[in-house]
Amino acid sequence: MHVLERAQFDTLLEALQQHGRQVIGPVRRDGVIGYEPVRSAGDLPVGWADEQEAGRYRLHHKDHGRLFDYTAGFHTWKRYLYPPTAVLWQASRDNGRLSFETPSETPPKFALLGVRACELHAIAIQDKVFLDGAHPDPAYAVRRNNAFIIAVNCGRAGGTCFCASMETGPRAQGGYDLALTEVAEDGRHYFTVEAGTKKGERLLDELELREAIEAERAAAAAAVEAAANQMGRQMPVDGLRELLAANPESPRWEAVAKRCLCCANCTMACPTCFCSTVHDSAAMTGETAKRERVWDSCFTMEFSYVHGGSVRKDASSRYRQWMTHKLSSWHDQFGSSGCVGCGRCITWCPVGIDITEEAWLLQEAHGGPTRTGE
Amino acid sequence: MPRNATKPEVSSPASADGGAASMAEPMLPAPYRIQRQRREAHDTFTLDLAAADGGRPPRFAPGQFNMLYLFGVGEVAISISGNPGTPETLQHTTRAVGSVTKAMEKLRAGDVIGVRGPFGTHWPTDHARGKDVVFVAGGIGLAPLRPAMYEILRNRAHYNKAVLLYGTRTPSDILFKRELKQWGGNFDVDVYVTVDRATGTWRGNVGVVTQLIRRSPFDPGNCVAMICGPEVMMKYAVDEFRRRGVDSQDIFLSMERNMKCAIGFCGHCQWGPNFVCKDGPVFRHTDIEHLLNVWEI
Repeated sequence: MHVLERAQFDTLLEALQQHGRQVIGPVRRDGVIGYEPVRSAGDLPVGWADEQEAGRYRLHHKDHGRLFDYTAGFHTWKRYLYPPTAVLWQASRDNGRLSFETPSETPPKFALLGVRACELHAIAIQDKVFLDGAHPDPAYAVRRNNAFIIAVNCGRAGGTCFCASMETGPRAQGGYDLALTEVAEDGRHYFTVEAGTKKGERLLDELELREAIEAERAAAAAAVEAAANQMGRQMPVDGLRELLAANPESPRWEAVAKRCLCCANCTMACPTCFCSTVHDSAAMTGETAKRERVWDSCFTMEFSYVHGGSVRKDASSRYRQWMTHKLSSWHDQFGSSGCVGCGRCITWCPVGIDITEEAWLLQEAHGGPTRTGE
Repeated sequence: MPRNATKPEVSSPASADGGAASMAEPMLPAPYRIQRQRREAHDTFTLDLAAADGGRPPRFAPGQFNMLYLFGVGEVAISISGNPGTPETLQHTTRAVGSVTKAMEKLRAGDVIGVRGPFGTHWPTDHARGKDVVFVAGGIGLAPLRPAMYEILRNRAHYNKAVLLYGTRTPSDILFKRELKQWGGNFDVDVYVTVDRATGTWRGNVGVVTQLIRRSPFDPGNCVAMICGPEVMMKYAVDEFRRRGVDSQDIFLSMERNMKCAIGFCGHCQWGPNFVCKDGPVFRHTDIEHLLNVWEI
């Protein structure tokens, strides 16, 4: 474990840039911390922290000067690895001939700065979706394989976080090139740094950082421990997969549908949701056409449309599809839960529907564990 | 015996030419020229297609589907309706009901469309060897079953009885009339057709197709049922087969869901844990029984 002083932080960014990487990291914009291009430490949300609750997100400025005191915002890293829109192919028509070609796009080599433990799990989950099947997605593979990942361990739990119960955080357990833990106490401000890969080790060597002393290691460990203990929410995972599969007719679905607006915010904010649709369009001249892939959501009416109407007309069947997929059938399809406990779907739900609350209510309605432990 | 409807050992266009089976290739259509457009009924037509580069279309298994793309308009999933024994011509039979299929209806010989596939699971023509085969088709549902009928007739001696139960709304909606006559005449297939509403000179059966299951000649203890039609019709057909004592393992049906990618990426076709595009469209009843009667799943 090494130590990067706060004053040295720009040397890390400069090293990444010298390797031809575009650094994407936390940036405060429009009242929220999102993931945007970062040139220097000055672009980071210095001193900003969020307050989150179901349906609520506010930023507050503090004097501690921390770079990573915020928790998960609206953006996710899928924005860069699986962009919201992408051209799949272009077609041209000439004298009765039709030809198709894939765009020869070369995406930037990203350095993703500030990836949280839950987000590392989310990336691993999307890797399974896009890379492990019979038809790996080459565009995702290029972006993913070229990405340098700098994880940041959480020193604070967000208001809607529940990663501890999903066993996905708050400490990064792998899947990163470098992992940082921020410590600001007793007049000092530094980061402990660990390498997770050879790529990460090489960068560490270039930075010529000193080894951490025992007190620094202990301070970093204590910071992450504190985050784990702050976690206010818990997903009742015991038996949940089976319970959801067995209860498609639960009255709970009607109950939650009375509040759900089918706005699709939860699916856009979710770091693992992968559904997409395609848009076909033709140029005005009629000579060329293209197909774009864009993010889609199982909450829209069009999503399940077949001739004669949509399969899932009612909000209850759409919410059921989303929650059952995320926490139950995802296991059947990809061998893990589709939820990492980041809490985004809770914060960004305009009516504050809480997936952990819904899971508890389902458990209680169908003989599962109760919140009081009875 | 595999529990699931088996994946066919046929090459996809991507792997056929030795390329990596990555997503880019199966997402990329290949140009096909229309050789002939044939009207089957007032709203239904068949396209005969040949690869525009003169190559051979990839082999397919009965029950599989292709994604057909009309320049600038869009793409639809359509099952293959042709003969797997004559793969040089690719056939699709379609009802003109949406924006893409209505525009496709106007195409004529010489026009070019995009094709990618074939995708999905197939009818259990191997599992049915040595058994009676009972096809139940409703409306356009006969199109995805036709390749299985061709395959069984090509190897007629390997199967016992072949029975086709086919229902349409009216006599003018009956597809493949010439073949129905041939199958019943020369190929030793028991063909029963019924219509919801008799019109004109119709003197045959009137009523829903599922009623024919009760009185058609097959051995419930040694048969395979292949069902394709509207979902509600398939549910009732399953009930009738079960009532006659046919094992759930021997009943297969073909599902329809919204499909955008056909390779399990887009998520649209999910049905419980299944992606209908790759885990289906042909499912063994045992595997999906728990989903069949759940509303809006």
